[in-house]
Amino acid sequence: MEYINIFIKSIFVDNMIFAFFLGMCSYLAVSKTVKTSAGLGLAVTFVLVVTVPVNYLINKYLLSPGALVWLSPRLAEVDLSFLSLIMFIAVIAAIVQIVEMVVEKYSPVLYNSLGIFLPLIAVNCAVLSGSLFMQERSYANIGEATCFALGSGVGWFLAIVAIAAIRERLRYSAIPPALRGVGITFIITGLMGLAFMSFMGIKL
Amino acid sequence: MKKIDLIKLPFNKQNPITVQVLGVCSCLAVTAQLKPAVVMALSVTVVVALSNLIISLLRKSIPPRIRIIVQLVVVSMLVVLVDQVLKAYMYDVSKQLSVFVGLIITNCIVMGRLEAFAMSNPPLPSLLDGIGNGLGYSIVLVTLGFVRELLGSGTLWGYPVMEKIGLYNIGYENNGLMIMPPMALILVGIIIWIHRTRNKDLQEQ
Repeated sequence: MEYINIFIKSIFVDNMIFAFFLGMCSYLAVSKTVKTSAGLGLAVTFVLVVTVPVNYLINKYLLSPGALVWLSPRLAEVDLSFLSLIMFIAVIAAIVQIVEMVVEKYSPVLYNSLGIFLPLIAVNCAVLSGSLFMQERSYANIGEATCFALGSGVGWFLAIVAIAAIRERLRYSAIPPALRGVGITFIITGLMGLAFMSFMGIKL
Repeated sequence: MKKIDLIKLPFNKQNPITVQVLGVCSCLAVTAQLKPAVVMALSVTVVVALSNLIISLLRKSIPPRIRIIVQLVVVSMLVVLVDQVLKAYMYDVSKQLSVFVGLIITNCIVMGRLEAFAMSNPPLPSLLDGIGNGLGYSIVLVTLGFVRELLGSGTLWGYPVMEKIGLYNIGYENNGLMIMPPMALILVGIIIWIHRTRNKDLQEQ
């Protein structure tokens, strides 16, 4: 039950885009058509689901205060949490590189459709913040962390596909010339964010 | 390009937020009050300027295939330094900013300027470009922080402006919507609107 709760909560209540505005750069740059934005959304979800559990283990057994006890009891005092930023981003960059090589080798079709987006995911704020929020909220076990990662990814996917669909329609509306493109996208995202605030406080 | 342009352009025609649309995430989340907005703006400016300088010094010895990882390491080192300095000297602000200091690493302004400018230009122009873009980012951030704190909670830098003027006595109410996160997006949209109305050549077809 706890798993489902975390999953639903991270999709709707703590939606990466509408509640925290994370990953906005690629969200604004790529959301011109539904097809490409669905591809990017899938890639981000996948990378989140892989990196958050790995970083969870790193945080639990290497970085958090007293985490090194399993090596030797003398290390109980050591606190390496100031290294977490560098460790997390290095893990993310490395995993993205590996995923890119694996996808290129075994599924050239998927690679061609994701091609340009894959390397860019390493610098997507949504992915790094997945790991940072995981650390800040201190989930009880790796299952909860994975549920959180999957939920955040799905939430990001829903957001970017929704805005892409709206932007496809916007092409036929009469918008003031100075607002066309980025401006109106900002305002619409703000309105969608207001709508998503109605999910606040929901508990399963 | 003249050196002064490197600093001047990001304020107007090349503004990182309203024109290049980079680094939007942090600009929205930390601007509910003026103080965190100013601290965030300063941190980003320092990180952009220094990382531009360092990458530009290293640019001839970085193999192109692994350049993203090299850039990330340099940037994250600088961000860890900034994070530790904030924790030491401004603990309350650093708590307010929470994960967003760490997220400077993936702030698109930093990576965007490294890729677009520092990898192909000598150190001094790169440093100036970094400072210029950092300040261009700061001006939007500070404007947002100013408007949202003044209209949302009636204070500026924690000082109760609206109360001192005496607006509450004649029936003025704070606009609670302004401190909600979505309002930041709408305000950026309005800033872009004003900016592009004044600069017709920036308008999209």
